[in-house]
Order: sequence, then structure tokens, then C-alpha cells
Amino acid sequence: MIAIGMEGSANKLGIGIMLHPKDGSAPQVLANIRHTYVSPPGEGFLPKDTARHHRSWVVKLVKQALKEAKVSVDDVDCICFTKGPGMGAPLQSVVIAARMLSLLWGKELVGVNHCVGHIEMGRLITGATNPVVLYVSGGNTQVIAYSSQRYRIFGETLDMAVGNCLDRFARTLHISNDPAPGYNIEQLAKQGNQLVDLPYVVKGMDCSFSGILAAIDGLAKQWGLGGEEKAREDEQKPLDSTTVADDSLESKPTRADLCFSLQETVFSMLVEITERAMAHVGSKQVLIVGGVGSNERLQEMMGIMARDRGGSVYATDERFCIDNGIMIAQAGMLAYGTGFRTPLSESTCTQRFRTDEVFVKWRD
Amino acid sequence: MEEYKPPPLPSPFNNTTPPPTLLTQGAEAHLYKTTSLNPSTPAALKIRPSKPYRHPILDRRLTRQRITSEARCLAKLVREGVSVPALLALDWEGHGGTEGGWGGAWLMMEWIDGPVVRVVLEQWEAWMKQNQDSLDESQIENEEARVRDLLRKMGSAIGVLHKAGVVHGDLTTSNLMLRPPVDASGAVGGAGSPSTEGDVVLIDFGLASQSNQDEDRAVDLYVLERAIGSTHPRSEPMFDALIGGYRESYKGALSALRRLEDVRMRGRKRSMLG
Repeated sequence: MIAIGMEGSANKLGIGIMLHPKDGSAPQVLANIRHTYVSPPGEGFLPKDTARHHRSWVVKLVKQALKEAKVSVDDVDCICFTKGPGMGAPLQSVVIAARMLSLLWGKELVGVNHCVGHIEMGRLITGATNPVVLYVSGGNTQVIAYSSQRYRIFGETLDMAVGNCLDRFARTLHISNDPAPGYNIEQLAKQGNQLVDLPYVVKGMDCSFSGILAAIDGLAKQWGLGGEEKAREDEQKPLDSTTVADDSLESKPTRADLCFSLQETVFSMLVEITERAMAHVGSKQVLIVGGVGSNERLQEMMGIMARDRGGSVYATDERFCIDNGIMIAQAGMLAYGTGFRTPLSESTCTQRFRTDEVFVKWRD
Repeated sequence: MEEYKPPPLPSPFNNTTPPPTLLTQGAEAHLYKTTSLNPSTPAALKIRPSKPYRHPILDRRLTRQRITSEARCLAKLVREGVSVPALLALDWEGHGGTEGGWGGAWLMMEWIDGPVVRVVLEQWEAWMKQNQDSLDESQIENEEARVRDLLRKMGSAIGVLHKAGVVHGDLTTSNLMLRPPVDASGAVGGAGSPSTEGDVVLIDFGLASQSNQDEDRAVDLYVLERAIGSTHPRSEPMFDALIGGYRESYKGALSALRRLEDVRMRGRKRSMLG
């Protein structure tokens, strides 16, 4: 069985082709390509521009994916697309493309929940059987565990997503959005060593990030670290920026220190709520999925926590963590295998689609 | 999977005899039974081990904040005469067993003898199920009246807590204990039905905060209602007895209960945005 997965809920357009061999052996990735809409430093991606990007690239990417996978249209069984959640305009442009291909080639459609796609891809790649899932990206922050045919949300953000918090701070500092703002924050944070005081907001298994963003934006302003000029200065400065005296808290924080402090604070919150969920459901495995999940510091912290509980952490790299097409194909094919279809008349998309709305028929 | 080893105890508990015994382990804290001052006075010891995944400065800040906030709530409640374990001692910078390292903060409290309400209700529900057929109507009524009475006592204990200006933050039947009367002469309910005699004692103020807002109080009650619904299905229909006990316990109870209606309607989860 071969499926094409089409993903475009945010600024990445991903087309993936997956093969589920008939003999039941391990699924194979035949093609996994992605094209990202990158906005200039200091700016986020707007829905209309992102949708335009997706519209102009989708045909090229589908052609390229088929070529890379060395399959013809006749071999394809179904076309899987992201039904939601995500940004309205980009979602729509990809759904239209999926519908067009479905009519053109006479293939059936499968609408997939984006979050479930991440979870299923993570499970497939890491081999984690029944983990507590931390799903962290630019649009979502959820702690999820599986129970009786649903992925249940144990904790989540009360306001913005953690990735959004990092991305927007990158905008304040005018850090490049290429390849991703979060990646550049991670690199800059490696040079920081001074922890500044930030709010820490955990309520039970939920957390909140908007106050932290306001606080660190305020600090950047107070110390005059934001804006284009500082970003240019930073680029010209040699890498050995150890001008700050060690451990003297009164010294002026650097841009790197702010990134370091932001990461330490928000990741501690994420690990804490994940640990609480693990204690609650009695699980020893953690799976990290979503774009922020490719951050190595987060993986390291989660690893220490899991080790202390006698468990282990499962994480993947950017090919599978960051939005992609194969995860949609994978989750779509699992649903397709149980007889799930999305008729043309219902092939819509939605900005709001909770993870626990999906009936997970393929697990017991 | 390798066996879990709890972190070394902070001093002085790393060389007390007998060593403290581990009772339960949550995500945040470990609860031990130990003795206070002399070996015949039992005490409960709650340790918040350091979290090595966190930056050390952040770790100390959070642990200190949480342990002192819990201690402040307990001290205040004891002063107000609410039935909670008395605070005996604490150290927000406990030193670990190895090389005087940071081992975590600890809090020592009065030892409360008795079962948690969760166990009492579970035993009662099991006993009722087992003896369902042999009981006549008046006996069932009698049994249910005893549990209603227990729920009423729970409601009034929570009311007194709220009156003192503290919300618990994590009310479940595991965080309510039943201290049997000192001169208790065995179970009262006859042939194996668990006793519901005694005072209700509130424990675990790790998520408590000082608040006088109806919203926080209502959320406290809502959390308990949900917890009872999911763990004690047979006792759930009697939740109104708890509300009754709560209503009579202090003057502001009525407005908190009105707010509870809103909280129920709202539920906990909002619809998610992209």
C-alpha cells in the first residue's frame, strides 16, 4: 500500500510518500521532501504569503516526490492531507491541491489530524510502544497519553505555544528565520551562561508562556539588546564572546544569555509537566515530537528526567520532528487500513481540531 | 528496566536510626515516615529532591518557593484551627548525603494516623458490592447515611479551609485523611463495613495558595467532584451531602457554590487554536 501525504498547516510545505508492504513488514519512507517559506528577520510568516508559497510550490514538490520515490501514479492507493489544526489559508491551499489530485487520478482522500500525524511518525521511527507524548511546536504545546482509542490531552498551554514564544523572541532580537528561528536561538543559547530571572508558570499539568515572552522582551529592551543593529553587531563579533565575567549576576546579560535563560526556563516547565503526566499514568517512556522537539537541550533535559525515573526518552531529528509529509501519509495510511475514508464532499480543513477528537481505531 | 533508586536523603536524615521509610513517591516529592526529636514521636517527612535537569539556580529558586509556600499555608491553617498536620521543621536548602551537595528541601510534619478517605470509600464500595444481596433496604439506607455523613464532614473541612483564606489546589480523596477518635473501640458499622468515625484532616498543600476568590474555591470543589466521579462511582450521587456540609461551614460558601455552577458549565478545556 502506498500513500502520498500532503502537509501545509504552517510555513512548511511537505510532500511524503510512504510504503506499507503487503507482508506486514516495517513501513518504508520512499520520499520526504519539504520546502519552507522563510520570512525576513524580525518578521513572522503571514497566512496569505504562506498560502501563496504553498500554491506555487505544491505541483513541483509532488512531481519531485514521485520521481524520487520511483513510483507511478497508478501505484498510489490514497492521498492523505492535513485537515487541521493550523493556519487557515495555508491549510486551504494544500487541501485544494489534494482534492485536485484525487479527482485527476481517481484516488481516495484521507483527512488527517496534524497532531496525530506527529505522534504516529514518532512512534514509527523510535519504536516507542506506549509513551507519554510531549508535542511541542510553533502552534501546539500538549502532553498526551493514549487511553482507550484516543490520544488524551493531559496538559497543554493556556495561551501561546512554546515554539511561538521562541520564534517571537527571535523576532525581537532580529535573529534570522533561516532555517528556523528556534534553531538559531538554540545555537546562540550555547554561548550563554548567565541565568536571568524569568517568570515560571506551571499550573498542575498546564503551563503558560505569554508572560515569559513579555518579561524577556522587556529585558531585551531594558538592556538595549533588541533590534537590527544589535543583530548586525553580533554577526561581526568573533565567536569567543567571553567578555562577561563568570557568575557575576550583576553584569549586563548578553543576547546569548537571554536565549539561554529563555530556553532553560521554558524547557524546565515542559519537563516538569511531562514528569507529572508520567507519574500520573505510570509510564516510563517519553516521546518528544514537533519542531521544538528537535532542540538538543530539551532532549538532554528530558533524558535526565527520564533516567531518574528509570525510563527513557525517544526523540527524532529534524527530518521527522519538523512538519513533513510522511507523517501525514503514515497516520493517514493507518486510518485507511481500518476503512477510514474522507469523501470529497467532506474534504474540508479546520483551524481547530483537537487531538482527542480523533477515534484511534488502529490501536488497542 | 533497572530498578529505581531514590536519591540520597538530605542531612540529618541520612544518619538517623531507624532510617526513614519511603511511603510514596510523586513527581515532585517523596514522602517518608520518620521520628521527630525522640524515637517514639512519629513524623511525616516530605522531601523535594533537587531536579538535575534544571539549571541549579532555577532549581533552588523553585524548590525554595514551593516549600516555603507550603509551609506558610500549613502554619497559617494551624493558627486558624483548621485540621491539617502541624508543621514541625523545614529546610529549604537541605544538604545531600554526598560531599555536602544540594540534596533537596524538606518539610517535617505531624504524623496523622488513619487511612486516607480514598481507601475508606474504596473499602466501603467493595463491601457494599459484596453484601448487596444480603442487606435489606433499611440497612442500605443506614450504610448510605454513614457515608453521607462522611462526605458532609469532608465538605465542612474544606469550608473551614476556604474560610481561612487558603485554597488547596489539588483536592482528591487521597489528600483527605480520616483520623479515628482516640478512644475508638473497633469499627462501628458492624460486620466489616469500614468505620467512618473520626475527624477529616486535609493533607498535601504542595499546590496550595492563599486566595479568597470564589473562582479558586469553586475550582477546588470542581476538581474534587471530578476526582470522586472517576474513582468512587458509587459515592458520587452523594456529592450533594458534601456540598451541604460546605454550605453550612462559612458565610461566603453560597457565592463560591454559585460560581461552581459556572465552572461546571465551562469545563476545563477550551477549544484549541491552531
